[in-house]
Amino acid sequence: MVGKIFRSCYLWLILIFLYAPVVLLVVYSFNASNEIGSWSNEWNFSLYAMLFTDEKILDCIKTTLLLALSASAISTLLGTIGAIGMFYSKPRVFKILNTVTQVPIVNAEIVTAISLALVCSILLFPRTYASLLIAHVVLTFPFVVTSVLPKLKQMDPNLYEAGLDLGASPLKALFTIVVPEIMPGIASGFMLAVTLSLDDYIITNFTKPSTIDTISTYAYNAYAKNSANTSIPALRALSAIIFAVIIISVVVANVNADRRAKQRGNN
Amino acid sequence: MGKALKFSRKNLGIPYFLFLCLFVIFPLLLIVVYAFTDGNGSLTFANFIDFFTKGSNIYVLFISFALAILTTAICLVIAYPVSYILARTNMKAGSVYLLLFILPMWINFVLRTAAMKELLFALDKLGVYNITDWYFANTVIGMVYDYLPFTILPIYTVLIKLDKNVLEASSDLGANKVQTFLRTTLPLSLPGIVSAITMVLLPTTTSYVISDTLGNSKVTIIGKLIENQFNIGTADSWHTGSAISLILLCFIFGTMLLTGKFNERPNQRGGGLW
Amino acid sequence: MTDKIIELKNVIKTYDGTNVVDGISLYIRKGEFVTLLGPSGCGKTTTLRMIAGFEKPDGGEILLNGKSITDIPPYLRPINTVFQRYALFPHLNVYDNIAYGLKLKRVVNVYEDKKGRRIEKRERLSKKVIDEKVSKALKMVDLEEFEKRDVNTLSGGQQQRIAIARAIVNEPQILLLDEPLGALDLKMRQDMQLELKAMHKKLGITFIYVTHDQEEALTMSDTIVVMNDGIIQQVGTPKDIYNEPKNAFVADFIGESNIFNGTIVGDRKVRFVGHTFDMVDDFELHEKVDVVVRPEDVFLVNKGLGQVDGTIISSIFKGVHYEMTFQVGKTEILIQDTVERTVGEEVSVIIKPEDIHIMHKGYTMNVYDGVITKDNKVSFAEGEFACDVTKLYPGSRLNEEGYLVTADGQELDLTDTHVRVEVPLDKIEIIDNEEDGDSVGQIISIIYKGDHYQVIIRTFEEEEDFVVDTEYLWNENDKVSVKIKPEDINLKLKVKQNG
Repeated sequence: MVGKIFRSCYLWLILIFLYAPVVLLVVYSFNASNEIGSWSNEWNFSLYAMLFTDEKILDCIKTTLLLALSASAISTLLGTIGAIGMFYSKPRVFKILNTVTQVPIVNAEIVTAISLALVCSILLFPRTYASLLIAHVVLTFPFVVTSVLPKLKQMDPNLYEAGLDLGASPLKALFTIVVPEIMPGIASGFMLAVTLSLDDYIITNFTKPSTIDTISTYAYNAYAKNSANTSIPALRALSAIIFAVIIISVVVANVNADRRAKQRGNN
Repeated sequence: MGKALKFSRKNLGIPYFLFLCLFVIFPLLLIVVYAFTDGNGSLTFANFIDFFTKGSNIYVLFISFALAILTTAICLVIAYPVSYILARTNMKAGSVYLLLFILPMWINFVLRTAAMKELLFALDKLGVYNITDWYFANTVIGMVYDYLPFTILPIYTVLIKLDKNVLEASSDLGANKVQTFLRTTLPLSLPGIVSAITMVLLPTTTSYVISDTLGNSKVTIIGKLIENQFNIGTADSWHTGSAISLILLCFIFGTMLLTGKFNERPNQRGGGLW
Repeated sequence: MTDKIIELKNVIKTYDGTNVVDGISLYIRKGEFVTLLGPSGCGKTTTLRMIAGFEKPDGGEILLNGKSITDIPPYLRPINTVFQRYALFPHLNVYDNIAYGLKLKRVVNVYEDKKGRRIEKRERLSKKVIDEKVSKALKMVDLEEFEKRDVNTLSGGQQQRIAIARAIVNEPQILLLDEPLGALDLKMRQDMQLELKAMHKKLGITFIYVTHDQEEALTMSDTIVVMNDGIIQQVGTPKDIYNEPKNAFVADFIGESNIFNGTIVGDRKVRFVGHTFDMVDDFELHEKVDVVVRPEDVFLVNKGLGQVDGTIISSIFKGVHYEMTFQVGKTEILIQDTVERTVGEEVSVIIKPEDIHIMHKGYTMNVYDGVITKDNKVSFAEGEFACDVTKLYPGSRLNEEGYLVTADGQELDLTDTHVRVEVPLDKIEIIDNEEDGDSVGQIISIIYKGDHYQVIIRTFEEEEDFVVDTEYLWNENDKVSVKIKPEDINLKLKVKQNG
């Protein structure tokens, strides 16, 4: 009994540590005070109004989302092709391809970032949206591969052959049998890619043109470079919104998973 | 048979391989080339010699590793009990609690770090903290805050998969709870601990967002050092930066070979989330 | 009674409100090889786990050598377990797995100090002692020289042996074995059965063995405890259990059996499969009973020469004998004989009185074999009854065309599905008018049961009985009809019995 109380106290303590900063931001996002620590008795949505009138931040949000979605779409395609290609190659080829794929995962982000920056400079390729997009593909595709590979391993190897046996062309069999089988892996790979792209700062910073900013680079500049930045209060509101979106999507995802699990349980 | 088919699945590996060459292998080779040349393009070891003979660089190395090891240790000490308790609550409730612990991972990394800065700032105003002078503490707190979920997840994943029968067998053979933990649970959860370490140790050495945001410009880690070289923009600085990167690279792959987990590593950053 | 090593007194274990083990009382003698036998979910493993100490009983008591061990944790019990999937420590090699218990053990050694005083010291076993014990245990399981091997590289059979060695090396008073051979292939299983038996003899300790495999139980045990639904059905030697099963469940579970619904129709006369057989036991007239006949006790003779005529509808060669199915009316009889009869052949059977085992049937339910008709009614006992066929598949429903749609959206046509029909005794309505009910029969017996009458109505053609609890008095030999509300008819899919 004592142990039980002790255990839940411990968990609560850690949860408070994990959530205190975010909750503080959320609370302050509704306070008229523009500075954390000082307190205004007025509660309003002024910070949100600030956020939604700040063209620069709105641009960042748009860029970030668009970049995340397009980079993830490309790396999902690339990663899936790569996973299928290497999985059905000879063991040696598989090993080589898989090892090289792991490199960006294992590597420090800063090293990947400067290596890509070097490529840009040596090829005299100006930093544009295209270089940023490619960089984000490099950042995310290994994770798609690592999500898809286990699904290929789990798949019954005879399925594809059965497809060929029943008259499907190899390409047709690939699309009608293999791809649907590994779809869960592809989907989770895509989601993972989106999260990673949304989160990235370092690689973005080294490959983006100076005219483009993502939420990460914008917030970094605001917080790390000069803390007197005027857009900090608006970013507080943005953090609160992001937090709300995450909570809602997690709850929705869980309720869905729950419902699916229940349906399965009934059979 | 293979030739009779127009399309073969393994052929998909070819465009993929080209992509890998162009955007993974080639860039890394460039780093190597840059590291061993100077601004004029002639071969040199000066970049490395300079790095290791400059006292401030050694200090940066020391600080980076010290911060990283300290952060990793704190993360492990906090995360292991959390994972252990969560893994032992019943399945359904356990996974919901787990979600609570890893949910902050989804908030933008920079904003999350900034949020910690705001909290510390608020504590400073309340007079219980000194954000201006305690820059190392700021950095460690920020790092622990950012990487704690990444420590909890792999340990939990290993603990939840532990065969209950094995623990019962231990108890059956005369081990009490503490003995069972030390002789069975802990050694069996080692892979999770190792994977947690690799997930925290490397980013904390190199990812300078946290030290930049919270270190009051007084905490420089290797990652920042490299970035600086590329921001200076003198003829040689890129070469110096590449050399530091190469050293870092060797260090990373050395560790990987050492832990022997190069190919079986779970997804870093957000692995197992989806 | 000092030779009782372990005793369970009215032990209860509850999960989610249901008693998985429902008041078991049992004792086991020192040195015995006892098998807990039953189908999965019967509570045998839970019982074993309570003896080991992994589960705490919700009621009752477990005594070891006369002392309660109910509150003693597993690591303090002189009992060791061989787990179903071995549960070897994957991070330890063979030696360290086996030495695990020994390294934790503390023994009390007595010394004399300089002044001649006795000093007791709790000490670890020395490395040498542990080494000796481990190699002795390995020898016992025929795996000498395996000390340094990684347990993950061993075959299933070898892992099994290591698991046994790991348990017996601690010299427990009782060795618990939880379906230890379940994961092995047939040949290996048979070898291990003999080895375990030999090991039991050599060690002289008590073995408690859990299995669902009746053959394993019959081969190895001194005593078999047959369990079902958390209750002990019968305790006895393998011979007793096979030859004198106490009830239909035991008969069905041990060996292959034909079980018929029978009725006592006279002095040592029982009627089933449409014939009145002589038997050797005394039972009360009109009692509904379970009749058990082993397949090898049914003799086939040419048509007209036996007690019941019928047709052979299947015949499978089983190596030594033929296993044939004989059909008479709606009933099938399983027969084993060394002489083959061809499918379709009309033959006759003889069952000797001493081979007819009669068991009391505690009346709780009317049970019939039924068939679903095309309008989703159920046909049994010469009647067609409206019923709720969705009970067959949880979460299913009927669509407009009358097809059943299961929870996962599959459409099923239930016509001609064979089902088991259960109707509680008090849910059958007796109606005077023959036209108003769903089936018609004659009242053959009325027994006053204190606060109600138990009426048995028998149909004319198939001689199926409706046993009805009613408050009203009826007259024997009356012709009546019966009616059952759809919701009171419980349906279950029939699982094909594979013998």
